[in-house]
Amino acid sequence: MAQQTATASHSSSNQPRILDREPLVLNNRSYSWITNRICGIVENRQPKLWWILFIPSVILTGIMAFCFVYLISTGVGVWGQKQPVAWAWDITNFVFWIGIGHAGTLISAILFLTRQKWRTAVNRASEAMTLFAVMCAGLFPAFHVGRVWMVWFLAPVPNANAIWQNFKSPLLWDVFAVSTYFTVSVMFWFIGLVPDLATLRDRCKPGLRRTLYGIFALGWRGGNRQWNHYEMAYLLLAALSTPLVLSVHSVVSFDFATSVVPGWHTTIFPPYFVAGAIFGGFAMVLTLMIPARRIYGLYDLITEKHIDNMAKIILLTGTIVGYGYSMEFFMAYYSGNQYELQTFQLRGLYGPSVWYYYCMFGFNVFVPQLFWFKWCRKNLFVVLFVCMCVNAGMWYERYVIIVTTLERHFMPGSWRVFDATWVDNWTFIGTFGFFMMNFLLFLRFLPVIAVAEVKAVLPEANPHHDDHHEKGVHELEIEYGKVKVS
Amino acid sequence: MARTTLKRVHGYLAEFDSASDVYHASEQIRDAGFQRWDVHSPFPIHGLNEAMGLKRSILPWFVFFGGAAGITTAFCLAYITQVGIYPTVVQSKPANIFTTAAFFPIMFELTILFSAFTTVFGCFALMGLPRLNHPLFAAKTFKKFSDDGFFICIEARDPKFHQAETRALLEGLGGKNIELVEDEL
Repeated sequence: MAQQTATASHSSSNQPRILDREPLVLNNRSYSWITNRICGIVENRQPKLWWILFIPSVILTGIMAFCFVYLISTGVGVWGQKQPVAWAWDITNFVFWIGIGHAGTLISAILFLTRQKWRTAVNRASEAMTLFAVMCAGLFPAFHVGRVWMVWFLAPVPNANAIWQNFKSPLLWDVFAVSTYFTVSVMFWFIGLVPDLATLRDRCKPGLRRTLYGIFALGWRGGNRQWNHYEMAYLLLAALSTPLVLSVHSVVSFDFATSVVPGWHTTIFPPYFVAGAIFGGFAMVLTLMIPARRIYGLYDLITEKHIDNMAKIILLTGTIVGYGYSMEFFMAYYSGNQYELQTFQLRGLYGPSVWYYYCMFGFNVFVPQLFWFKWCRKNLFVVLFVCMCVNAGMWYERYVIIVTTLERHFMPGSWRVFDATWVDNWTFIGTFGFFMMNFLLFLRFLPVIAVAEVKAVLPEANPHHDDHHEKGVHELEIEYGKVKVS
Repeated sequence: MARTTLKRVHGYLAEFDSASDVYHASEQIRDAGFQRWDVHSPFPIHGLNEAMGLKRSILPWFVFFGGAAGITTAFCLAYITQVGIYPTVVQSKPANIFTTAAFFPIMFELTILFSAFTTVFGCFALMGLPRLNHPLFAAKTFKKFSDDGFFICIEARDPKFHQAETRALLEGLGGKNIELVEDEL
């Protein structure tokens, strides 16, 4: 009775009209439409474009492998770094790739905890992208140790002289952070995949495919006694991954921030690295998903709303990054430390690599400001253009932080400008092939969108969808975002 | 030589049209006092745990101890090696209990790592997975559960199970394609 009164008073009073919430899946698609559309990508033949992208990716992966073999058989001298630039493209590329690997866990964990349901359409692909980016990232520190067969010295076991690792070193923290991040991301991704692998299993004809999907689906039966634990596990993993994703790039920034090198020794690094990682990661998600959406006809699942939301996150984090750049400059001036100030003057005003700084600032701070305009967020060519700029800009950012700082050290006598060799270039280009190859294989064999999760955000998935008459209409309609008060 | 297959009744499987049908049917079955039954759906249905009378998952307790094991492991690993057996004084940090602050990142990461492992493996253990064969997989309609089917299965080992009455109950609740699922012995 009280409920009815509340409803009545609501509709009669002149409260502002509640706007319709945009549906997450367009055109009232059914459960089985979603299943067919997403599983169809895996079951049908791949479009020609898939092969057009896959073959060059494999070739580039081969080139990358060749470069690493050449490096091992010759020595790290084949890379361009010489004193004082001892960290150059290797660490730049490492930080670049690990940054891209942040969007996946951000989407799957932080947006899950904040109940952003739109994440369901993009979380699977971005988690996969995360894993592949972290794989690319891991290659660089492993090979930059020089003698790659000694890389086991990083593992927490005593080395040949019975000496243990220095657990006080940020470099070792980094080993722990990145390997934990990779492991947890794999588990998070896998646990999300289990119900969808069961869907694929149930659609396959008996044979090898069904056996393999069946094994990895672990015999999933979708019982609510299973979902009960499953949902709890998903929540816990999200809660664990949230601080983890923030810690990983913070720890990466400690590699620099805990040193005494001017330009690196700043407390702003952890938050500014994390914002930059999310920024670059989202740009890469859009770079991959906008074409995938078109190729596989996923317009009803990845809607303009999704792209709009991600564009807004890019705008936000890009602006935070811009604040970081400016604040670094200000602190260099304000600290009164002449080395710090000179490092920044050389970086941004009259150093030898000043063009890198301009590219970084322009691509990361100015270009994303286009996203203030709705027209730009709606026009996919503009969105892709901005994302490409951000992808490049984030690489420039790491180059500026790492290489241009080292080029101009304390001692002018040792100053030298870094020159990349062909091995540097091709190793880096090769990692893009490796990344794309993995991503294309993922599109080919696994569901690109989380089928079970998307079904759960449909309006009819709500068990109270049909009982409008029993409950207060007002309450329910607000719940579904379908209020039509006039 | 003819060989007879021994079969045991696993239970009744009934199909429902929608998430809300299966939800309301669950409330009835819960109130009828059944214990050994389950709802099979393509996605987790919001609020179904209450409708089925399930308790909150105990997984967080496992994870708490997993995390505690992680932080202890990390502290022991770093402290024993850096302070105990091989005291290294580098980066002007002391080799005593005050060094612990420098171990925090590793302690944090291993807490997360161990907790995540406990979450995943604890979850699989509680769900009873992996289990690649199950009588339900032999049921004719069950495949639909991973697409758009909603099922309720009441198992024969439930003390309240009765061949005719349970079937009538499921029919009364709107269950379709009711099937007696058998388990080959």
